[in-house]
Amino acid sequence: MNWITNSVLPRIKALVQPKEIPDNFWVKCKGCNEMLFHRQLEENLQVCPRCDYHMPLSCKNRLKALFDDGSYEEIPLKDGTNLDPLKFRDKRKYLDRIKEARSKTGLQDAISLACGRVHGLEIIIAVFSFEFMGGSMGSAVGNAIIKSAELAINKNAPLVIFPSSGGARMQEGILSLMQLPRTIIATQMIKQAELPFIVVLTNPTTGGVTASFAMLGDIHIAEPGAIIGFAGKRVIEETIHEKLPDGFQSAEYLLDHGMVDLVIRRHDLPKTLSTLLCLLMNKDIGSSSLTGE
Amino acid sequence: MFLEFEKQIAELEGKIEELRHLSDGGDLNIAAEITRLQKKANQQLKVTYKKLSPWQKVQVARHPNRPHFKDVRKSLFSGFIPLSGDRYFGEDKAVVAGIGKFKGQSVVIIGTEKGDSTEERIESNFGMARPEGYRKAQRLMDIANQFNLPVLTFIDTAGAYPGIGAEERGQAEAIARTIETSLSIRVPSIAVILGEGGSGGAVALATANQVLMLEHAIYSVISPEGCASILWRSSNHAVEAANALKLTAQDLHALRIIDNIIEEPLGAAHRDHSITMDNLEKAIETSLANLCRQSRDQLLDNRRKKFLDMHAGKLI
Repeated sequence: MNWITNSVLPRIKALVQPKEIPDNFWVKCKGCNEMLFHRQLEENLQVCPRCDYHMPLSCKNRLKALFDDGSYEEIPLKDGTNLDPLKFRDKRKYLDRIKEARSKTGLQDAISLACGRVHGLEIIIAVFSFEFMGGSMGSAVGNAIIKSAELAINKNAPLVIFPSSGGARMQEGILSLMQLPRTIIATQMIKQAELPFIVVLTNPTTGGVTASFAMLGDIHIAEPGAIIGFAGKRVIEETIHEKLPDGFQSAEYLLDHGMVDLVIRRHDLPKTLSTLLCLLMNKDIGSSSLTGE
Repeated sequence: MFLEFEKQIAELEGKIEELRHLSDGGDLNIAAEITRLQKKANQQLKVTYKKLSPWQKVQVARHPNRPHFKDVRKSLFSGFIPLSGDRYFGEDKAVVAGIGKFKGQSVVIIGTEKGDSTEERIESNFGMARPEGYRKAQRLMDIANQFNLPVLTFIDTAGAYPGIGAEERGQAEAIARTIETSLSIRVPSIAVILGEGGSGGAVALATANQVLMLEHAIYSVISPEGCASILWRSSNHAVEAANALKLTAQDLHALRIIDNIIEEPLGAAHRDHSITMDNLEKAIETSLANLCRQSRDQLLDNRRKKFLDMHAGKLI
């Protein structure tokens, strides 16, 4: 059996799942340049054990890390969104870019919805995937955010959104701009239902996403070092012809300037979220995990 | 000032000007020639402006002589009193806001101002608002809601200002909150895109019951130059980007993003401000009359519904 498990099976796996990262894969930390063993990094939620730099975390791994026992219900996005109403084409067709992003990520669009329990408390969570066309927001993402609000209202559960996005999806032209008012209506629906809405800003969150639902949470949390802002760094530098101050638009910079409530390490998010939500909803902290409510 | 694609028109106008100099009005032959050339120039204008490409429209929308919000304020409203400040930090001259009368009805008026002279342009930051401008707009929308007055907004901006201070003081939050306020007020709201409707900075003031656009105005998620530099990796492809973005009033009307197109005079708004203002006035009057028939709750519900329905699935 040994030779089968040790040499044959991995080879078959390699054939079936060619994208799987080999065991001996090393990753260079962007924070401290340390070479990190990928398994160790994965176990540590893509946070550098040496300098605490927060690297991108896939949406699947993020959801697993958030929900109790890593288990949750995936909620499919609405199908039937007309993907390319403008028949947009730059160097390539927008439709081809979507197809490629889908096959690369295995996701339908730049956002995923899930429902599950965090420390026993039922929560609707929406997570952006930056690797899907820069997490850009088009009609499908806007629809998903509206759906997440409707779900939260149906289940009488709070909503937590984790944006990471370059902004509006240019390839949908004006329709992507219309997702600003549309997603803001979603936040109004949540507020009218008197349910908490928390935004956890992850790296990076800019443009039309910050200029809409992402800056209208009851509470704003940011991951350490995340870049959060309206205009991109390059655009600002080109406009003002100056170099930007150190740490400009970082989570900590925003905390100093009053734009976020808390900067929380990735490992501490489930606890912080569940505590905050229990406090907001006047539930006993932690009791939900005991009663399963 | 003539635009690049108006060469033939410029030549004709030049000839007419020359002939006018030559004659003191007494020479009948010259007068006849002037009339003939003028007719030809007008015909040329008509033909050119009927089939402007999206990129040409971008040029027209940015024409320095195009009527600005200042002109609209002076022509359409009486007793206008500008109100200043966001009550938090400062006064942003890129957004001018106040109360005035439109055909006897008190209205709250908010607009982005590009300015005419160099001094004015600098003072108004070339029409690019900072958070204070958007927060002032929120204040004025709240006043409108409080006193049940319609809100009229006029948009002519390349976009919200990308600067250090603007970021520090929450440019994104200011835009988001302005849209939220626009989607909370229970009064009629009409937005008019006068020239450039640039991205978040524009939609902040254009989340209205009725969105109107001047015939040659543009409204887009990103400037064609910005789009080209990101997607084509070179701003030289702005013409293609302008085509792809569907930023003209005609395209946006077909996509049902805007409600109405306001006709511009022969050769566009910058050639005749007074006709433009007349057309603008009529269009606002009609829209306002329609909206005033709705109850306050209906106005809010219909506005929200209109934007909720604006997604790709519903368009085709």
